[in-house]
Amino acid sequence: MTNPKIVEPTVFELSSPGRIGVTFPTPDVPRADFPTDLLREDLPLPELAEVDVVRHYMHLSKFNYSVDSGFYPLGSCTMKYNPKIDEDTCRLPGFLYTHPLQPIETVQGNLALMYQMQEWLKEISGFAGVTLQPAAGAHGEFTGVLMMRAYHKARGDHKRTKMIVPDSAHGTNPASAGMLGMSIVVIPSDARGNVDLEKLKAACDDTVVGMMLTNPNTLGMFDEHVEEIVKIVHDCGGLMYGDGANLNALLGIVRPGDLGFDVMHFNLHKTFAVPHGGGGPGSGPVGVSQRLLDFLPEPLVGILEDGDDEEQAPLYGFVKPPQSIGRMKAFHGHFGGGLVRAYTYIAMHGPDGLKDIAQYAVLNANYLLARLRSTYHVPFDRICMHEFVAEGQFEGSDVRALDIAKRLMDYDFHPPTNYFPLIVHEALMIEPTETENKDTLDAFADALIKIAEEAKSQPELLHEAPHNTPFGRMDEVKAARELVLCCWLPEDYNENA
Amino acid sequence: MTYIPISPKERDAMLAAIGVKTLDDLFEAVPAAHRFPALNLPPALTEMEAAAELADIADANEHVRGDLISFLGAGMYNHYIPSVIDHMLRRGEFYTAYTPYQPEISQGTLQAIFEYQSLITALTGMELSNASHYDGATATAEAVNLAFAQFRGKRKKVIVSPTVHPQYRAVLRTYTQGMELEVAGDDPNADLNSNPADLAGLIDDTTMLVVVQYPDFFGRIYDYTKLIETAHGKGALVCVVANPTALALFKTPGSMGADIVVGEGQPLGIPMWYGGPSLGFFATRKSYVHKMAGRLVGETIDTRGQRSYVLTLTAREQHIKRERATSNICTNQGLLALASAIYMSVLGKSGMKQVAELCYHKAHYAAECLSQIKDMGLCFSDPFFHEFALCVNRPVEEVNARLLEHGILGGYDLGQDYPALKDHMLIAVTEMNSKEEIDVLAEVLEEVSHD
Amino acid sequence: MNVPSNLKYTKSDEWFDPSTGNLGITDYAQSQLSDIVFVELLVEVGEEISAGKPIASVESVKASAEIYAAAGGKVAAVNSALVDKPDTLNSDPFGEGWMIKLEGGAEGDVMDAAAYTAYCDGRAH
Repeated sequence: MTNPKIVEPTVFELSSPGRIGVTFPTPDVPRADFPTDLLREDLPLPELAEVDVVRHYMHLSKFNYSVDSGFYPLGSCTMKYNPKIDEDTCRLPGFLYTHPLQPIETVQGNLALMYQMQEWLKEISGFAGVTLQPAAGAHGEFTGVLMMRAYHKARGDHKRTKMIVPDSAHGTNPASAGMLGMSIVVIPSDARGNVDLEKLKAACDDTVVGMMLTNPNTLGMFDEHVEEIVKIVHDCGGLMYGDGANLNALLGIVRPGDLGFDVMHFNLHKTFAVPHGGGGPGSGPVGVSQRLLDFLPEPLVGILEDGDDEEQAPLYGFVKPPQSIGRMKAFHGHFGGGLVRAYTYIAMHGPDGLKDIAQYAVLNANYLLARLRSTYHVPFDRICMHEFVAEGQFEGSDVRALDIAKRLMDYDFHPPTNYFPLIVHEALMIEPTETENKDTLDAFADALIKIAEEAKSQPELLHEAPHNTPFGRMDEVKAARELVLCCWLPEDYNENA
Repeated sequence: MTYIPISPKERDAMLAAIGVKTLDDLFEAVPAAHRFPALNLPPALTEMEAAAELADIADANEHVRGDLISFLGAGMYNHYIPSVIDHMLRRGEFYTAYTPYQPEISQGTLQAIFEYQSLITALTGMELSNASHYDGATATAEAVNLAFAQFRGKRKKVIVSPTVHPQYRAVLRTYTQGMELEVAGDDPNADLNSNPADLAGLIDDTTMLVVVQYPDFFGRIYDYTKLIETAHGKGALVCVVANPTALALFKTPGSMGADIVVGEGQPLGIPMWYGGPSLGFFATRKSYVHKMAGRLVGETIDTRGQRSYVLTLTAREQHIKRERATSNICTNQGLLALASAIYMSVLGKSGMKQVAELCYHKAHYAAECLSQIKDMGLCFSDPFFHEFALCVNRPVEEVNARLLEHGILGGYDLGQDYPALKDHMLIAVTEMNSKEEIDVLAEVLEEVSHD
Repeated sequence: MNVPSNLKYTKSDEWFDPSTGNLGITDYAQSQLSDIVFVELLVEVGEEISAGKPIASVESVKASAEIYAAAGGKVAAVNSALVDKPDTLNSDPFGEGWMIKLEGGAEGDVMDAAAYTAYCDGRAH
């Protein structure tokens, strides 16, 4: 077997002994003695000049597809355009260089921003309280489920151990409940993509913690019986969790709190355009109804001393809810990279702009659906919200969703989410977002229609796709079996040391 | 203003193609009584106005690169961040990409994470690293999840040293509420002068994990080799919460035999940003890889014979394993893992060591100066890295208020978490503190001591 | 698809050999899972288990599954070789890919080869 071709060497391969990137001043204080028995023998890090590092990461960046380079209709991920001004505001020195444990008098700007953000998110979602602490959507979910558990426990209601989850749910929903040892009851969807109400009623009893519902769901459908679902769950004493992954479709359209939800996480990195960063950081604040207020994680930002309307600003500081579930992470959440960007975004949109976001996100999705439904089978076909799910397979063809996804790359589009939700065969989940113009949507629809023709006329073209990308399909089995997770083998290093 | 690139004419054409008249008609499924709420939010700002408003908010803070001289650490540190890092992070190809689910068009992110994993492996002396967690505290809690999964819930005792960061201990307790664990050792009234080896007495056959910090919360450095041997003798795992700057200089937890090494990655080229986002690194041994939460990038080959990288062992994760997954985590701290990889690459072997040595020398100079002050003194005599506990013999709040009058951000008030350390502050010194600054700190404290 | 006639089968795609006491996963199961990369055996020699109890957890490149005991009894042996060579489950699920051996195994809710073949056919689309 020949050695693989190296397209870009790693920083370890680029290293050459004696090269120096950054140097620091010599000490301006006397040198202290080191405890020699505690020192490490060698530090096996690369040795590179700054230009080596810049070229390396520039090369790597060119291998990436991104929102800045093209259309990224990744269902459930809300890959909208990330405004450039947010990159500047979050890097203001007053934000970048403040320490989380500074006396509150010295960080009133940060605290005022956090307080305002709590208030805005409450207003947007209709909830009574908001914590900004969770670091990501899944972290917010875990926070929410912890509060649901604490609520029942505080009432002496100890037999509630079941969490109801629809079959279209994100995997994080059952995983979050699973982290607390709850058992999962899965409820199927009906023919219109709604929760099957009869099955839900049958599952609801006095052992139910609550239900975790994504609405609009992962089929892109707004559940037509959402108020009834909330009532069924509440009637059995359960709490209603809203997965805010798809909140982009609801801004200024409806507030989950008004629908009776008790708790919901926001994904600031989806809805409020915080860039995804190649997989993070996210930011996952959580809103709660009145009855969960006391259980919010600590600390929250509150007003310690009221100000007046003219001269005196209020004094902001930290407060602890009386029955708090505790702390979810160190310090105060993803302040700089998450909250400052999202604050900038909300401030620039205002109430009408937020509603525009949802309306145009839904317009774009329905337009694509209208363009594609005669070519691709859409199993749950009615007016969708911000996304929809089509089947990536054709009668009498062995082409699969994966092949279509890979072929789209040749047309310079990022593929939609595929093989999710699990309840649609060969799912292609398409979320265009509001920041795409009609020309882009048309070009994307044209490409998908062309690919459907190719699937019939030259299927091998799809099976072997992508062709025009810097890399072809990867051998995932080799990666998992051989498990090379490091540029160099630690064992070899230890032997040579 | 908005970022919607659709003209009214285009909108109308699209509505016609869909077969509805207005945008509002798209929302018939939403209960009418709650449809289109009037949101009580301030009116939209233009970019110019937003830039000014945010600048005003930022200016209402006092920051440590101009307004204040900082001696505050306790888990986040004021280090120099080379300019090159942000230039690379600002590449839209990096920061506007999603999780690299499509490896053919995500090799930039994937190779960068693979290199991050390799650099963390090198720094910690471990066998592998994942793609990162939210922060040091949650990475510590994920270490408990790993151990819990490894013993399949059969071992229920976690021993946590009281000298692990108080907030990390708090997060660990929050995370494990549903596991019915016994958490031992985590006693703020414990004898803080005692040797970490004393924790060994708590380890028994039901212990799944021992958690210690390196340097500990008070900056002290211990060799945990013996403690780890004892734990292994009872079949328990050991997690070391490490400071990555210290690891450039001191023995690796890997060489001490640790099973898991976690820590806060902020010192590796990430701004303090009022506490986040940063990253939590997580390194372990091959034998535990299947029980480790978090993303993992592995090397492979593509159809064209090119070396390439993919997310691997994904069947461990929540989107496949659902309620049986070790954790519900989806993301890593992608962009910040990239920042720290660039930091470790551009500082490299010599720069990383230089920073650690500067921190060490300056902290020791500061400790020497401050311990001369009448009525004040070092709390512990063990070797330390760049933080130390100083007894100020008067309420820390008062001392810090005086320091603040001189533009100095004083140390962390240890009495908040440890009753025995009332009137003690934790002072952190990094390469950013000049001798002059340290001398000013000593002068002001000297003044305070005469009050 | 291979369905040896001497074995008993569960609806969750495990097999049990009443003559040897061996348990494992079926050819259908391994092909559905595709390339298996991880096996964790959840029971130990000497343990008494009942039918339906999880005995192993397997992960492939794209899926994961719990494996349940097709019969109950005392665990006489476990095939720890699978831990280092999980792909044995793909290449030889009824032979080298056995997972555990039971002593005095009492069948759980199982069916014969003909019924299992029909059951698998019924699930193909």
